[in-house]
Amino acid sequence: MQAAGTGGLVRRTAWRLRLVFLFAMLAALPYLLSYSQQEIAVLLVINVLLVCSYRLLTLTGEWSLGHVVIMGVGAYASALLAKQFGVPVPLSMLLGGCMAAATAALLSFPLFRMKGFYFLIGSFAAGEIIRLIWKRFTDPFGGPKGLKRIDPFPDIEASFLSVDFYEPVNYYFLALAVVSVSLFVLYRIERSRIGLTFHAIHWQDRLAESVGVDTFRYRTLAFVIASFFAGIAGGLYAHYVGAVNPTRFSVDQMVYVLVWAIVGGTATFHGPILGVVVLTVINEIVLRALGLDTARPLIYGAILILSVLYLPNGLESLGPRLQARWRRWRGGPAAAGREPA
Amino acid sequence: MNVPGERPILEARGLTRRFGGLVAVNNFSFSVHEDAIHGLIGPNGAGKTTTFNVISGFYAPTAGRVLFRGLDISGRKTSALAAMGLVRTFQGSTLFQEFSVLDNVRVGRHLGARAGFLSRLIGTDRISEREADAKARETLAFFGLEELAGEPVSNLPHGHQRMLGMAVALAAEPKVLLLDEPFTGMNPEETRRMMALVRRIRDRGVTIMLVEHDMQAVMNLCDIITVMNFGALLVEGAPEAVRNDPAVIEAYLGSTDGAGHAS
Ligand SMILES: Nc1ncnc2c1ncn2[C@@H]1O[C@H](COP(=O)(O)OP(=O)(O)OP(=O)(O)O)[C@@H](O)[C@H]1O
Ligand SMILES: [Mg+2]
Repeated sequence: MQAAGTGGLVRRTAWRLRLVFLFAMLAALPYLLSYSQQEIAVLLVINVLLVCSYRLLTLTGEWSLGHVVIMGVGAYASALLAKQFGVPVPLSMLLGGCMAAATAALLSFPLFRMKGFYFLIGSFAAGEIIRLIWKRFTDPFGGPKGLKRIDPFPDIEASFLSVDFYEPVNYYFLALAVVSVSLFVLYRIERSRIGLTFHAIHWQDRLAESVGVDTFRYRTLAFVIASFFAGIAGGLYAHYVGAVNPTRFSVDQMVYVLVWAIVGGTATFHGPILGVVVLTVINEIVLRALGLDTARPLIYGAILILSVLYLPNGLESLGPRLQARWRRWRGGPAAAGREPA
Repeated sequence: MNVPGERPILEARGLTRRFGGLVAVNNFSFSVHEDAIHGLIGPNGAGKTTTFNVISGFYAPTAGRVLFRGLDISGRKTSALAAMGLVRTFQGSTLFQEFSVLDNVRVGRHLGARAGFLSRLIGTDRISEREADAKARETLAFFGLEELAGEPVSNLPHGHQRMLGMAVALAAEPKVLLLDEPFTGMNPEETRRMMALVRRIRDRGVTIMLVEHDMQAVMNLCDIITVMNFGALLVEGAPEAVRNDPAVIEAYLGSTDGAGHAS
């Protein structure tokens, strides 16, 4: 018992140290980047929340094609609340998240009558209907051109402190704070009984239902939580870029989310984060430097195929695999050395 | 405790379930009395599993009614029925294969381990979770599986998987437990142990209805047996009466692969 207790303490301390180290790195990061790279870093942080919220939905076994549109619901709602009703921006973002969650709650009635492939197609159709509404109703959604000159995040003007959120560095830290809190909440949900129940529904929904799990309610819950955080990501996006339009939330963008999730792997919490970070680095730094920008879909496709073929469990499985190989390599020569010649 | 109560706790009245042109359950009626071990037998394809699926809410009945403690429950959701105390197990190993043995039973504690969303988030559900954990381990110990709590289910031999399936159901604290072929794939020793466990479950005040092809087990265990054939009631009665009923023998001999079951 004693040993287990100290072991747990050591492990927890190691974890905390790693987290502190990670945050120190993240805090230093923008100062190592150029201005345009800082802008990319902001979008990357927002995309981390997008793909992590998506993973929560996939825990129940359902893959949606409407997640980016749901992010758009948050973006449009937050932008409109700020523009038309003068709602202060931090609050409008929160309400944008609630709007996205409410949309999901409504959509769950038709969508969760379907499962698997039909859910996938159903979610795509629902997303397209929402996009059609944005395009069709110029008032208030701005039609195909969307919304422009969305209120920025208000500057902080105190006597001792002045923060201008037009600066990507500052917005980076704002987004980082919001996304960190969100990821913490998502993590807690997954580690609680709610997460266990989501997994149970994924693997054997009939058995879960037979011991009293209302699978419809829990699928809806996953969808609503995932959508809330996608909506928050949308709000962060809208008030950073200052403009949203229906094309920004099209299924093309959804494909990127899917690629991030699949390449990173969805079995662990950090898998999708790895996916989006690695692919963004490849995309923005390597491809841009090589001038291969236009080949982006081709290269993403190639990466997807290669990862499905050679890393079916995603980038997240690379760490443990390399570790095992390293141990074997280290153990190999040593063991061989001990062998009598 | 060995004498079944007078009150029917579970009843089917004129239950019918069609799949397209096929009538899987046909105007079928029975009543299960409190604290009974009630057998449901019949040749392959007779409609036993379908009957369970209708009672437990997986399928809505095409016609007829199901009554639980006198209340019409036909067409209610499975999860709602579990909350009322009606829980079923599955034919074959239906488990959360990717979970540990303990986590399987913890899911079974779903109804017992209530907590609000926020309390789950901030961790104040610890008390109810610890209780659920203790109950889950207790249930595992009842089946003699406590040593295997940390094992992944896929490592378990078939017999243990069948027991675990029952443990998951029992963790939900049912009033009526529907067991679909609990002894299939078990060796005689395992079957004997399971029969003793089923009796103990009944002695805890759980009414049991079971479908089983192992005739010796059924005859030994059940207080009353309902025989169905082609979706309809054939005979009902005490084990000795059913065993010697010419209609039952005929039904089993007449079915292609049922021969010998009724010997
Ligand atoms: N979902 C379904 N769709 C169509 N037909 C079905 C369905 N479920 C069962 N059936 C049919 O209903 C009939 C009864 O099947 P059921 O599984 O209830 O039999 P059973 O008595 O449990 O048989 P066994 O002893 O082999 O388990 C069979 O002919 C089966 O093919
Ligand atoms: Mg059956």
